[in-house]
Amino acid sequence: MKPARHKERLIALIGLAVLLFSPPLILVFDRYRPDGISALPIYLFLAWGAVILLMAWLMERPTHDESCEDDAR
Amino acid sequence: MRTDAVVLGIAFGYLALLFVIAAWGDRRAEQGRSVIGSPTIYALSIAVYCTAWTFYGSVGRAAEGGPSFLLIYLGPTLAMLASPFIIRKMVRIARAQRITSIADFLSARYGKSVGLGALVALIALIGITPYIALQLKAITLSHAVLMNYPDVPELRMAEENFWADKSFWVALVLAVFIILFGTRHLDASERHEGMVAAIAFESLIKLIAFLSVGVFTVFVLFRGPGELLATAQQSNDLTRLLSLEAVPGGAVGWVGTLAMAFLAFLTLPRQFQILVVENVDEHHLKRASWLFPLYLLAINLFVIPVALAGLLIGDAGSDPDSFVLTLPLSAGLEGLPLLVFIGGLSAATSMVIVETIAMSTMVSNQLIMPLLLRSRRFHPGSRKDLSGWLLGIRRIAIILILLLGYLYHALVGDAYSLVTIGLVSFAAAAQFAPALLFGLYWRGATRLGAIIGLIAGFLVWCHTLLIPGFAQSGWLDDGFLATGLFGWEWLRPYALFGLEGWDIYSHSLLWSLLANAGSLIVISLFTRQTRLEQTQAALFTEALHSSLVYRSLWQGQTTHGELRTLLGRYLGTSATRRVLAVSANDHDDDQPVAPETIARAEQALSGALGSASARVLIHSVVRGEALDLEAVLSILDTTSQTLEYNRRLEQKSQELARIGEELRSANERLRELDRLKDEFVAMVSHELRTPLTSIRAFAEILRDSPDLPNDKREHFLDVVVWESQRLSRLIEEILDLARLESGRLTLNPQPLDLVTLTRQSVDAVQQVQQDRGVTLTVDLQVDTAPVIGDPDRLEQVIINLLDNAAKFADEQTPHVRLALARHKDRFRLSVEDNGNGVDPADRERVFEKFHQLQPQRTGHGQSRGRPRGSGLGLPISRGIVAHLGGRLWIEEAATLGGACLVMELPERSA
Repeated sequence: MKPARHKERLIALIGLAVLLFSPPLILVFDRYRPDGISALPIYLFLAWGAVILLMAWLMERPTHDESCEDDAR
Repeated sequence: MRTDAVVLGIAFGYLALLFVIAAWGDRRAEQGRSVIGSPTIYALSIAVYCTAWTFYGSVGRAAEGGPSFLLIYLGPTLAMLASPFIIRKMVRIARAQRITSIADFLSARYGKSVGLGALVALIALIGITPYIALQLKAITLSHAVLMNYPDVPELRMAEENFWADKSFWVALVLAVFIILFGTRHLDASERHEGMVAAIAFESLIKLIAFLSVGVFTVFVLFRGPGELLATAQQSNDLTRLLSLEAVPGGAVGWVGTLAMAFLAFLTLPRQFQILVVENVDEHHLKRASWLFPLYLLAINLFVIPVALAGLLIGDAGSDPDSFVLTLPLSAGLEGLPLLVFIGGLSAATSMVIVETIAMSTMVSNQLIMPLLLRSRRFHPGSRKDLSGWLLGIRRIAIILILLLGYLYHALVGDAYSLVTIGLVSFAAAAQFAPALLFGLYWRGATRLGAIIGLIAGFLVWCHTLLIPGFAQSGWLDDGFLATGLFGWEWLRPYALFGLEGWDIYSHSLLWSLLANAGSLIVISLFTRQTRLEQTQAALFTEALHSSLVYRSLWQGQTTHGELRTLLGRYLGTSATRRVLAVSANDHDDDQPVAPETIARAEQALSGALGSASARVLIHSVVRGEALDLEAVLSILDTTSQTLEYNRRLEQKSQELARIGEELRSANERLRELDRLKDEFVAMVSHELRTPLTSIRAFAEILRDSPDLPNDKREHFLDVVVWESQRLSRLIEEILDLARLESGRLTLNPQPLDLVTLTRQSVDAVQQVQQDRGVTLTVDLQVDTAPVIGDPDRLEQVIINLLDNAAKFADEQTPHVRLALARHKDRFRLSVEDNGNGVDPADRERVFEKFHQLQPQRTGHGQSRGRPRGSGLGLPISRGIVAHLGGRLWIEEAATLGGACLVMELPERSA
């Protein structure tokens, strides 16, 4: 079961990243302007960092080793 | 300190350092102690993605397009997240087929097509040369800024002699570097270890340089990011810069650029070279998939602060592209500008090196070799040694490509800002994406579809980006921009088919990819693949599944002598010996060659010449189809079918196991029922026999003793009558049960009042109960209880409940309590006793017929010697109540502490 879960998590993460970096959310944060300055850049960097962290966590865990070797397409 | 001599000394000293590193890397590789065998080095080398365009251009783009510069890096981040799926597959295919470039990759996928390979190489040449020019321009520009500050540098390259232009000399040095370290082996699919080591080193340098400027700007020029932001806040223009308003094309432009960066990252020739061809170990992708995005994040962290600071401090005339340099210069620093210059130089040179290697491989393998193979001199039949020639061709290609880049830079470079050229190239590279991605995942994509798609996409790209760009640099009359091609409005390059309001890149990407992918799909659906195409398509799409060794499927025939001559001509003697070494135990030239050797030979040729040329060459000496394509295809099909069957089998067996388990438990249940039935029959027989026996006994006494006293006779007759009644009651119960079981129980439902019925029942049993010494309490909490039911049957149930309770009540002071109450829209009749109660686990079993017959489970009344009653009362009662739409269950008695049987019937609606 582990390989499938790993693959699913990866796909979920890709979906999350696409969502975070695309208009609906981008627009929300663009319109949020606490001091007259758009929060968009800050948001982008934070979201980006979070995505990288999650990916690092997914890829560097020792348990999954060969997990996505032969079932990912 | 900023004299020409010092700057040049440092710049060329830096280039010399690259040579040293590359030479060291190659030396280590020869000793078998590779320096690039680490995922971190791999991730750093991927950072060749960050060119001078990143180093200088990001700030420029941020100063004009706001946060849109980030998209160029978010796209690759997405691509790296998907690397376990896409890039890993590409790496595995490239390794198996000895792929040398993206042109080779696409050509191999679509049946080792010469035409497709040439087309890709040509498009890359046209699309990417400006990009190389861009790097050279950045070097010239940064040098000019460095030397002329604070004057605005005059950049009229065309008027300057090329020998005074530093970038010309840099290009020359780079040509030497690339020839030395990029064409060491003829086999282009082998790693260029020294070069990769140098690239990784350059990636570090540019990161350090950029971070230094960033830290200097934020913490020295300003007192931290807070002050910078506070200053910027006072200007409307600057606050606007941080928002989506500044992004060209708004939300649509945002998505378009993101998609373009994603696709281009996979298809740019230099990225393909580093990601796929130079990949040492596919496991390195794991680390790179997050480390490279992290690198991108780090190098972009200070872009916005630098852009803001540049706009705040720098004089308005200064070009935003050179803020990175002018900011430290304006502060009067000496060392930092030099570091920045080196950083920019490293970004530019790393890109030029890798791109040129990739392009030269493409040009020599996909454009020149196929042409040469047609000429007489190179004809496979002749016997000249050509391996030296091949390297020579590649080296000349390197020089020509760099020269082309330089010319482009010198002639048109002025017209474009850095970012513009970069995005135009990205859009060109993105044209390879449909053929690549469809080729990886859709087995049906055909060669013709790919070729037409590429041509269509390329033409649209020319029309919507390249030619308008030329027009804007003044090379062409730019009238057609406004009026459209041939004066047709709907052909306006920046508003094709009237689509306006988009930024030009998203606009171009949309139409070109639409044309490209559309043609690919439609034509693929209506054309046939050759067998070789089918095989390659299957090998590519199934790359992650089948570890198919298809070498044994080679069936063509040739001799050692012929093969050795062929390889010798193209690969040189030492490589030939390596390829043939394994099988060449006997050196008889007339011996037939083993199929595996032919396969190895074709792979070796592929690595050097590209797959299309290798195929042509092998077929010049091998008689018969070299590879049994039918067999390969059928094996590939079988493999995927087998996988599918396996999956189905597994499902089936799981299902079978589940069904088996179900059957087993059903069987157990049946056995249990069977056992119960046997016991029941035994018990019923016993129950029937007991009254029968006594009836017979008393009847015999009466018959045999005519002189019995009258009172005794009467008593005996009473016993006979009483036992007969018991007998018929028992038989009645058994019949009821049988009817219930078979569903033939006929009820006569009619409206009735449960209160009245309860009173009747209580009256009926009260006398008997009193005789037994049972205290019966009746608690009717409602005056009327209208329900629907069969009065006789319900009475039977209530009597049965009372009777049952009396039986199981405490022996010394038996007490039974009957209560009738309303519960929501139902009526509950509960009968409690003060006996031992029923174990919760056994509560449902009480309602099983024959339950009573299992003495060990009754829990009640064993002290009285035998279970009382047939044990059929409760099952029958439950059956009747259920037929009337109610429920009957057992629970803890609330007041008396024993068992409590509850009958619930729905209220009759008025």
